[in-house]
Amino acid sequence: MNTVLARIQGSHNTLARSLGLVVFAGAVLFIASEALGAYNELQLANGAYYFAVLAGLTVLTGLSGQISLGHGALMAVGAYTVALLIGNEQWPLVPALLAAVALTTLVGIAVGAAATRLRGPYLAGATLAFAIGLPALADKYTGTFGGENGLVVNPPTPPSWLGANFPLERWEAWIAGLGALVVLFVMNNLVRSGVGRSFRAVRDDEIAASLCGLRVARVQTLAFVLSAACAGLGGGLLTVVLQLASPGAFQLELSLSLLTAIVLGGLGSLLGAVWGAAVLVLLPSWTNDIAHSFSLSTGVSANMPLAIYGLVLITAMLVWPSGIQGGVRAVVSRVGKRRGPRAKGAAP
Amino acid sequence: MTRFIDLTLNGISTGAVYAAVALALVLTWRATRIVNFAQGGMLMITTFIASSVISTSGSYWLGFAVALVCGLVLGAVVERALMRRVESGAPLNAVIVALGLLILLQALAGMIWGNTPRSFPPAFSIRGYDVGGTHVLFAPNDTFTVLVVIGVAAGLAALFRGTTIGLKMRAAAFQPEVARMLGVRVGRMFTLGWALAALVGSLAGLLVAPAVFVGPNQFDPILIFGFTAAVLGGLDSPVGAVVGGVALGLVLSYVSGYEGASLVTLAALVILIAVLMIRPGGLFSSTQERRV
Repeated sequence: MNTVLARIQGSHNTLARSLGLVVFAGAVLFIASEALGAYNELQLANGAYYFAVLAGLTVLTGLSGQISLGHGALMAVGAYTVALLIGNEQWPLVPALLAAVALTTLVGIAVGAAATRLRGPYLAGATLAFAIGLPALADKYTGTFGGENGLVVNPPTPPSWLGANFPLERWEAWIAGLGALVVLFVMNNLVRSGVGRSFRAVRDDEIAASLCGLRVARVQTLAFVLSAACAGLGGGLLTVVLQLASPGAFQLELSLSLLTAIVLGGLGSLLGAVWGAAVLVLLPSWTNDIAHSFSLSTGVSANMPLAIYGLVLITAMLVWPSGIQGGVRAVVSRVGKRRGPRAKGAAP
Repeated sequence: MTRFIDLTLNGISTGAVYAAVALALVLTWRATRIVNFAQGGMLMITTFIASSVISTSGSYWLGFAVALVCGLVLGAVVERALMRRVESGAPLNAVIVALGLLILLQALAGMIWGNTPRSFPPAFSIRGYDVGGTHVLFAPNDTFTVLVVIGVAAGLAALFRGTTIGLKMRAAAFQPEVARMLGVRVGRMFTLGWALAALVGSLAGLLVAPAVFVGPNQFDPILIFGFTAAVLGGLDSPVGAVVGGVALGLVLSYVSGYEGASLVTLAALVILIAVLMIRPGGLFSSTQERRV
């Protein structure tokens, strides 16, 4: 497994490397979904749509240096689009997801154009207002968006050639996993391309970047729009997996936990986004188990994940800003050094 | 017409609360160039403490005083323990730490007091004044709110303009290096700034709690409105914060009254973006450039 990864990482062609990475990740996902039970398949599906969102967000914050607390709300745009198109208009799945991406892209252009003119705390405040304000629209237009109860959609049906007994959870995991792979492919190419370099250039020094001929505002808007599109896809997949789009799922906590996940994984790292997605899925069930075994009250256990997110954000920023992936990378490079110069290429 | 007058009066009293939150944000921004997004969580905690003290002791004013003292201490502790370490780093780090503190405080409040919002008593009657046979939407409690906020703003102005300690705080905020060379204990001034800010914030929490109830997430919109008001006033100016707060209170009261309460936060967002686009330094900016 390590040699496969090393060969993928060692390849010089970005496109081939991304394809290799996607095939490898797809194989891992496929084997995992075959081996897991229904509950874990659902967790896999949840992790996959979280990854789609986090990949975009980590590129936005880590590479182009913009913070967004509004990605939970952008997910809501994608989720409600899919729920309305599949539930009311009987659209097939793929066009509905594409429409969700398209609509969120448009919202992303509007928000991103405003966002490029804002810096640090101003951007955080504006996107915070977006995250708190948008779910309220579900209340305002109850007829369309179903108010507090949200919109329910029918579960996707697995195609008949997979057999009559094909589990629904596995089909959902495949759909969400495929979406995540698409995001992985696009983002992995992008990060290593000229576009990715222009993101980093703008993040590190706007004046120097514009002296090199980069249009700073345009580059920042592009980063925001890309991450918005990812959030739209993630939101749409969320509706498919949970069969529900409701305002309760898109409160401020969602946006803040997304931020926690990318900080924890390591800002700007796609593999870090995988770690972040795993934490977002596993932490609530772990804390639930812990609370259960220590017979803590439901008030305590329900708030435990949030408390941990808060602690993680604070300690990560004070102590360990490079996140889990940074730690893994440090260990890998230390091991690589001990093994000699040949393995050096394996360390990303 | 009566409706318009009612909404105007209501806008003034809610605007006074937004002004208080904005003042708290401006104080921390002036002291350390950090927008304290945890302010919403800090004033939520102190208001919960007040609620507990009031329900056990039965005395509103005891709870009021305890909340203010807790706010003062909490502000100082947060600055010394957390923010001191990120003040000199990238602005994004401070924002993330503040947001981490916000969720941590919200989670702790949910663990201790539960997630169901509870009612909070007003200081004075909330039955509107009787004007010509009808009750207007302005009660003795609103008079109290407006007077308290005016008093706080005047007190802060007197502190910054008229006392040595205020002068030292301003020096530490604007020229920390020079201030340090002149013998100002800059770190202490930062802590004092945060403590004062949290005091004003906890006051805002007490004033607004009867209207929005006390719960872990009940004050999220108040934080947004306070931030918008502070940006309206330019983030640097206490006078701007008060004027921005009242202006925002009026606009949001009309939006809520004529278009529906669920649009209020989005309206605040539109105002925020519009101000940042047209006059990034706020409506009362003395300097032309915003710090980037």
